[in-house]
Amino acid sequence: MDYYNLLTTCAFIHLLVSIPYAYSNYVENKAGQFFSSGHTNNWAVLVCTSRFWFNYRHVANTLSVYRSVKRLGIPDSHIVLMLADDMACNYRNPKPATVFSHKNMELNVYGDDVEVDYRGYEVTVENFLRVLTGRLPPSTPRSKRLLSDDRSNILIYLTGHGGNGFLKFQDSEEISNMELADAFEQMWQKRRYNELLFIIDTCQGASMYERFYSPNLMALASSQVGEDSLSHQPDLAIGVHLMDKYTFYLLEFLEEVHPASQANMNDLFKVCPQSQCVSTPGHRTDLFQRNPGSVLITDFFGSVLLHDMKQLVADVSSQKPKQKDWHPPDGFILGLWTLILLVFFQTYGIKHLKHIF
Amino acid sequence: MLILSSLLLFILLAAARDEFQEELVIRPLHSGDIYASFQFRTLWDTDFLQEGQKVSHYRLFPKSLGQVLSKFSVRELHISFTQGFWRTMQWGQPFIPSPPGAELWVWFHDTVSDVDGNWKELTNVLSGIFCASLNFIDLTNTVQPSASFKPLGLGNATDHRFLRYATLPREIVCTENLTPWKKLLPCGSKAGLAVLMKSEKLFHSSFHSQAVHIRPICQDEQCSSKAWELRQTLNVVFDLHTSGQGKKEWSLFKMFSRTLTEACPLASSSKVYVDITDNPELFELSPATPLLGQAVVLGDRRTYSVYDLIMPTSSMVLSPCALGDMLRPLLHAERYVAGFGLQTGEIHTVIYNNHPYRAFPVLLMDSVPWYLQLYIHTLTVTSKSRDNKPSYIHYQPAKDRHRPHLLEMLIQLPPHSMTEVTVQFERALLKWTEYTPDPNHGFYVGSSVVSALVPSMVAMRTNFTQDQPLFSSFVPVKEESSYFVRVYTEPLLVNLPTPDFSMPYNVICLTCTVVAVGYGSFYNLLTRTFQVDEPSPPLSKRLANLIRRMRGVPLLT
Repeated sequence: MDYYNLLTTCAFIHLLVSIPYAYSNYVENKAGQFFSSGHTNNWAVLVCTSRFWFNYRHVANTLSVYRSVKRLGIPDSHIVLMLADDMACNYRNPKPATVFSHKNMELNVYGDDVEVDYRGYEVTVENFLRVLTGRLPPSTPRSKRLLSDDRSNILIYLTGHGGNGFLKFQDSEEISNMELADAFEQMWQKRRYNELLFIIDTCQGASMYERFYSPNLMALASSQVGEDSLSHQPDLAIGVHLMDKYTFYLLEFLEEVHPASQANMNDLFKVCPQSQCVSTPGHRTDLFQRNPGSVLITDFFGSVLLHDMKQLVADVSSQKPKQKDWHPPDGFILGLWTLILLVFFQTYGIKHLKHIF
Repeated sequence: MLILSSLLLFILLAAARDEFQEELVIRPLHSGDIYASFQFRTLWDTDFLQEGQKVSHYRLFPKSLGQVLSKFSVRELHISFTQGFWRTMQWGQPFIPSPPGAELWVWFHDTVSDVDGNWKELTNVLSGIFCASLNFIDLTNTVQPSASFKPLGLGNATDHRFLRYATLPREIVCTENLTPWKKLLPCGSKAGLAVLMKSEKLFHSSFHSQAVHIRPICQDEQCSSKAWELRQTLNVVFDLHTSGQGKKEWSLFKMFSRTLTEACPLASSSKVYVDITDNPELFELSPATPLLGQAVVLGDRRTYSVYDLIMPTSSMVLSPCALGDMLRPLLHAERYVAGFGLQTGEIHTVIYNNHPYRAFPVLLMDSVPWYLQLYIHTLTVTSKSRDNKPSYIHYQPAKDRHRPHLLEMLIQLPPHSMTEVTVQFERALLKWTEYTPDPNHGFYVGSSVVSALVPSMVAMRTNFTQDQPLFSSFVPVKEESSYFVRVYTEPLLVNLPTPDFSMPYNVICLTCTVVAVGYGSFYNLLTRTFQVDEPSPPLSKRLANLIRRMRGVPLLT
């Protein structure tokens, strides 16, 4: 019985000592992963290209991605939001200043703190390409510029009506997949991005990323060439369809993500399989250098700020680390002594107490 | 120790020299609606336009606006965003009028050499600050009114070369414009009266207007010291019938879905005024307050219950609405387009003078885009079916794609009459690329502005007092017997002849087909020649011919 007590106490002591060592190993692994992504800031360019009330769902799509991106940490100054029409304060909207994503009006994706940078007639192909390439007139304010550098990760989200090889802007002009690929090449040559994630939710969306040829691009689309992207559900009070299927499930997925989440791109590729979306989502990763499984969602959707501590770590590690004495946890010595006394009195009886004190 | 700390505080306050006041005026209107008007005023003793000394420490005054003022040498700036149209005949006169859409007018300092360049950059910077498409303001919709928009602050310069005025009647106002506007307030939307501003309630209203007015003013009667005044105003008219479940009771919580918790700690005064002039016996205000104030505003003496948030009382107010006689607005204007078809039309502006026995002059300003080509020789002004010749006309004709029409007239309105101004126009055909993506919606023409000094039934106060409520001190009162009123008419929506945008594709297809079929066949007929071609003989015949050649015998055919 005494032997058994001793064994349990030894095991307990061993456990107490080993937990801090395991934790420090884990922290080191996390830090190593952290430093390997290579970006220092995050930008997002979110574009809705459709006008008119019946295209409510495209504005709701863009606003739900805006909401997720803001929630995960990218500030308004790093988001360029382009909405081609106003749905929230449209006279047809039965609930003004709201844009809903779900038919029970559960989630108002418009919110109370939204800043739209390009709106209405300003959303044109020319303005979009100028924002991407940075060739804007000198009097353009900062909130309308994409001031990214070579260590920026950029998320670009486009939604609207599209076809095989083009995307329609405001029912009057279109952008072709070749123009988009050339714009990204310009961005690469001017070193305006470190890595770029391109998501498009339109009909035949996969055709838009077919022509990309610049490095470090990853692309996702809601449907393949020859397929249509479908809308999710209408709301009878508002009278129009509220969201597209792909972005609805994307929003559901992103609502589970928080800034410390370890979800990676492979989880994003699984969003909205054909059973839910009817169309087949596609993705393209051949131009991307890292393995998609090691790319975190928050690398593009969040703004996990990275401070370059490599020099600091090198300085610290070059010095001989001072041996820090390990002290056992508080109360441990007291507990150990009570245990010893208990064992002693149990074996030898209480009559020897007067010999100790 | 106490004396030292209080002295230090006094010095600090004196050095800061800026103060902030906020107020809310609630007035039940006769049509059953509730008119709520917020005003936030920041006064700052500094000189933005001083040479050689940049202002770098901002406390209550927002830094973004201060930098704009000093960079572009702006003397006065007035910008407003409005959703809805103010119905003067049903609601009376607003405290601060504004036209539907966005309106921006700016007086530049007379040291500016390139006013147009400054104006262009200013509109771009403001479009970034307020998240609005103000960058669409360019020379094609900017005018320089000669008499209508005199400076509201200090300044005796009347050279209208330094004034620029533009409206965007199509501009939408939504939460994205309210968010940066709220961020300009010293307490943001966290404390004080701005807590009530929830966008879902503010935009579910019949009229919503938010504005920013910046001007230099005198601090006292003798004008020994000047200060910059920034006023942010928000006027809302709530329709109780759509949101009040039929009962004519209202409360702050029902209107705004928020209650007031505390005054803004940076504010020197924070007050709520409730207008109880109409039938005070039928009203029931809870909590009642013994503080009553009287103010003469817009030619009418009105009584207000005053709630001071700095000396707090409860914040819920309940009252049944009372009906009584509304003071009939003395000046009212309407505008519409007459005519049919897509070639010509006529603009009619109707101005009503409801004063029973006094005539007074009004200044009418019309700014019409260049694509409605006005025929000024058809301009007629009639009052009581007689010709009424304006005493002052300033007309600047439009230049295609460069500047719009500007027409300013000083018209004497006879008492109790209706004056009609008509002018005919022709609609221009725009170039294919100049149309908007939705051209069948139509093109907007900005509101006309009618400015007048209207004779007042009640004597106005001309002396200057510091503790005047904000809503009665916006417009400087120069004489006792009249007050300044500005009325905006409706904007017009005009259809221009719109081409069929699929025609270029159709024309190319048809032309190519006609050319291919018609000219192609004709060309073939002229230039095609026919040659007889022998078919090649079969193998047996070729072998036989070969043997015959060797033999020297004539060949087979």
